[in-house]
Amino acid sequence: MRPILLKGHERPLTFLKYNRDGDLLFSCAKDHTPNVWYSHNGERIGTYKGHNGAVWCCDVTRDSRRLITGSADQTVKIWDVETGIQVHSFAFGSPARAVDFALGDKLAVITTDPFMGAPSAIHVKRVDSESLRDSSESLRIITGIQGRINRAVWGPLNKTIISAGEDATIRIWDAQTGKLIKENDPEAGHTKNITSLSKSADGSHFITGSSDKTAKLWDIRTLKLLKTYAAERPVNAVAISPVFDHVVVGGGQEASQVTTSDRRAGKFEATFYHKILQEEIGGVKGHFGPINALAFNPDGRGFSSGGEDGYVRIHHFDADYFNIKV
Amino acid sequence: MAQVVGLPQAPHILAEELPSEDRVQLNIDFSKVNLDEIVLPPGEDFGIKSDDEEEEEEVSEFDSGFGNVIVVDRLPVVAPEKYEKLESVIRKIFGQMGTIREHGLFMPVDPETQKTKGYAFIEYNSPEEAQTARDQADNYKLDKAHIFAVNMFDDFDKYMKVPDQYTAPEVKAYTPGENLLTWLTDEKGRDQFVIRFGSDTEVYWNERLGKPEPVYHRAFWTESFVQWSPLGTYLATIHRQGAAVWGGSNTFNRIMRYIHPQVRLIDFSPSEKFLVTYSSHEPSNPRDTQKVVLNVFDVRTGKVLREFKGSADDYATGGVGGVSGVSWPVFRWAGGKDDKYFARIGKNAISVYETETMGLLDKKSVKVDNVIDFSWSPTDSILACFVPEGNGGNQPARVSLVQIPSREELRQKNLFSVSDCKMYWQSNGDYLAVKVDRYTKTKKSTYTGFELFRIKERDIPIEVLELENKNEKIIAFAWEPKGHRFAIIHGDGPKPDISFYSMKSPHNVGRVTKLTTLKGKQANALYWSPIGRYIVLAGLKSFNGQLEFYNVDELESMASAEHFMATDVDWDPTGRFVATSITAVHQMDSGFNMWSFNGKLLYRIPRERFFQFLWRPRPPSLLSPEKEEEIAKNLKKYSKKYEIDDAESSQLLSAADMENRRKLQDEWKAYVAEWKRLQEEERLLRRELCDGEASDEEEELEAEEVEIEEILNIEEEPVSFGFEQLD
Repeated sequence: MRPILLKGHERPLTFLKYNRDGDLLFSCAKDHTPNVWYSHNGERIGTYKGHNGAVWCCDVTRDSRRLITGSADQTVKIWDVETGIQVHSFAFGSPARAVDFALGDKLAVITTDPFMGAPSAIHVKRVDSESLRDSSESLRIITGIQGRINRAVWGPLNKTIISAGEDATIRIWDAQTGKLIKENDPEAGHTKNITSLSKSADGSHFITGSSDKTAKLWDIRTLKLLKTYAAERPVNAVAISPVFDHVVVGGGQEASQVTTSDRRAGKFEATFYHKILQEEIGGVKGHFGPINALAFNPDGRGFSSGGEDGYVRIHHFDADYFNIKV
Repeated sequence: MAQVVGLPQAPHILAEELPSEDRVQLNIDFSKVNLDEIVLPPGEDFGIKSDDEEEEEEVSEFDSGFGNVIVVDRLPVVAPEKYEKLESVIRKIFGQMGTIREHGLFMPVDPETQKTKGYAFIEYNSPEEAQTARDQADNYKLDKAHIFAVNMFDDFDKYMKVPDQYTAPEVKAYTPGENLLTWLTDEKGRDQFVIRFGSDTEVYWNERLGKPEPVYHRAFWTESFVQWSPLGTYLATIHRQGAAVWGGSNTFNRIMRYIHPQVRLIDFSPSEKFLVTYSSHEPSNPRDTQKVVLNVFDVRTGKVLREFKGSADDYATGGVGGVSGVSWPVFRWAGGKDDKYFARIGKNAISVYETETMGLLDKKSVKVDNVIDFSWSPTDSILACFVPEGNGGNQPARVSLVQIPSREELRQKNLFSVSDCKMYWQSNGDYLAVKVDRYTKTKKSTYTGFELFRIKERDIPIEVLELENKNEKIIAFAWEPKGHRFAIIHGDGPKPDISFYSMKSPHNVGRVTKLTTLKGKQANALYWSPIGRYIVLAGLKSFNGQLEFYNVDELESMASAEHFMATDVDWDPTGRFVATSITAVHQMDSGFNMWSFNGKLLYRIPRERFFQFLWRPRPPSLLSPEKEEEIAKNLKKYSKKYEIDDAESSQLLSAADMENRRKLQDEWKAYVAEWKRLQEEERLLRRELCDGEASDEEEELEAEEVEIEEILNIEEEPVSFGFEQLD
């Protein structure tokens, strides 16, 4: 089907997130205002005004009531999804890069960038309504990673935190003690900046995308490398289909070089791979800049992509997609 | 003499060859290496012996301290009163050849007879002087009875060591070398190619079906590039110390090394008997031009047959391209099977060398005033040279054909108002096309025409071909290999035209005819199949990699395709496959694509930092033209075998593929089952985390399934159909 083109952002997209029911799509961009859209028709419902810097990441609670956003203005804000009112704001000494709600939505993991001599850090915060009233102290702070931590997500039963970033290493931390449990095998791992990380619907495995032009699939408990997808371009965004054995990978030539060559050289397609066989299935063209964000609709019938070009494209799959035989 | 025997000898460093495989297969994980902990072995070379030191072996003998001492024997035996006279004579003779050190002349005297013993030691300032003195004064006639015998002092030591007893040298049993042509006897008739990317070099068999089969892989095989010899026997690699050649079908053992420090470029003779290596060296005085060194090696023995040294200017005349001043190849080889002549262009002359003597043919160059370009016929020893207009336009420009070794001018053509000339030989040497750029009357612009020579016909007739619109720019010209046709890309702007011509016409054999013109093609390069008939019209680089596969027999296009940003097109030597590659380093997706001759994409191999793709050339077929024709006629009969092979291997391939897929799927299923089991164990814990809300994922998923059934009733047919299909 023809994609729906969302023209709500003035700057490159950074992140996309569907709510659990798949009816709402949240988009973050380098302009300061996250948007929320109806995913079926692309109608904009509203914006969340208050950040004063690029918004890097967001997450939404299971009941779709609260939205958490991390921004380069050194704050992480919690919003009321329905009214767009800011509920709380955590202030940090450095830009916030990634946010993720834990199962049960009482905790959130937040990463901050290295900034003005301060190292990058992973923070765990209580985010249930009572705790927010009392204090906004971090429950735990994990430091010791070199470079930016581009993504941090919760592991099974909120027992672990998985982080990945500029040092090309994936790490599993104990969420209780803050101790490092595991690092990925450097032989199997990425060789360049890991730009994105996305969990499967059941949380059993996750996919990482890297500037080394590959995407890799990992087991969330053992950190064993399951699959590798050769993408032939730097990968900025990855997502796993919740219904089929498909993964989608997006990225492209670095944004700083785009203007110096032909559009076709950039490879700004969202490419589908068979998750198990690692074979390319197809691609969706359309963006005229690298793809920075990808998200699957939880019902598996569509996905959206956000690009450096400032557009969000909502795709609903054609009937053919459901008949793909590999 | 006895006192010198025990002197320390210079350390003889015998560079044992490190088997170079060891270097590559160390399997070091560099991420685990802490550089600070590494302690280097003592010594300047860290205990690693370099290949170079082998060559320095003899030089180091001078270090023993007596290298500048010579021994002069067969002097007259004189009484003490004549001692001084003799000494002054010797000093006079040997002082001419170098500076004798203070107290450097010593004539022993017999204590009993008080006469000299008839020999003397002379010490020079340097070993070089001693060497010259030895060479010059040996056999010097002082008078009839006294002919000097001069030797290096160190040589005595050496000759003393020669055992008195003759022991016959051990005769090594003859071990047959590897058959270097086994790759030609591949059962499936496949071709090999080499690729170079990053620091790796790999050789593959090109498969008719499926991906290519790896043959050989080696990291850091070469320091700049690799090159096949013209008949495909050897693969040459370039190193700091020189070039090396490797061969075989899959072993790639080193066959020979050619010592030439800092070698930059190499060139094989057409029958790969000789190898020319080139290096340029910065001069000590920055105002001087660069020094160049060229060596001609015998490929099989590795011996230097001739060395050329000079300043870059001497080798820079004529031609275009190449590196730092000289045009490569400096020496161009005459056609034919026996590599008989090679030539280079000089000022007002072409120097033709004979490989038999490695000297100038008839001891003098072929004199051609103001010559700026020449080329050999690919099959005969015929030179074509071009001389531009001279004498302010009073002397016409000239293209002449000269037979070697007779130096007879076979044909000559005068041309007027010429700005430039380019010569194109047909691969059999049947035809020569000369592209002539001429000034228009105003001298402000140029237009192009062709002079076509029919070499093999009597008197070499010349025909002039001009395009319909002669102001059009000629972008490319290419002869059909072994054929009588040629193609020209002409026109200005982004969509030039392509014309095909034949040297034959249906009615008149001796006339060139136009076959067709294709209008508005995105092409800037022509690549004929090595067997002729097919041609790839390619739009490389700025034309974004447009490819058109064209059949010239039928004058129809077989396929159009695109390999975006392709920089190179290479036909395999049999004309069955075409490889297109992207070799520029900064490009996004470097690597290569393989196509069938008719434009079907077979496979793609992306490689980071891709530098080179080279097909292994094949020697010419041993079949006679009649036999070849017969095979072509009965192709059906012969092809049957290969068709069966293909069918079998494709079946095998798909079976293996299916098996592999099933295995992967099974593995995944096991993985998911294991996960589900663990997930089940944690179900309660998870519910607790969600405040005991009755929304455990599994249960809700079941509920969703019910919903889907409802949707089914509301006629969402295609989607639900899809789900069924997929399971």
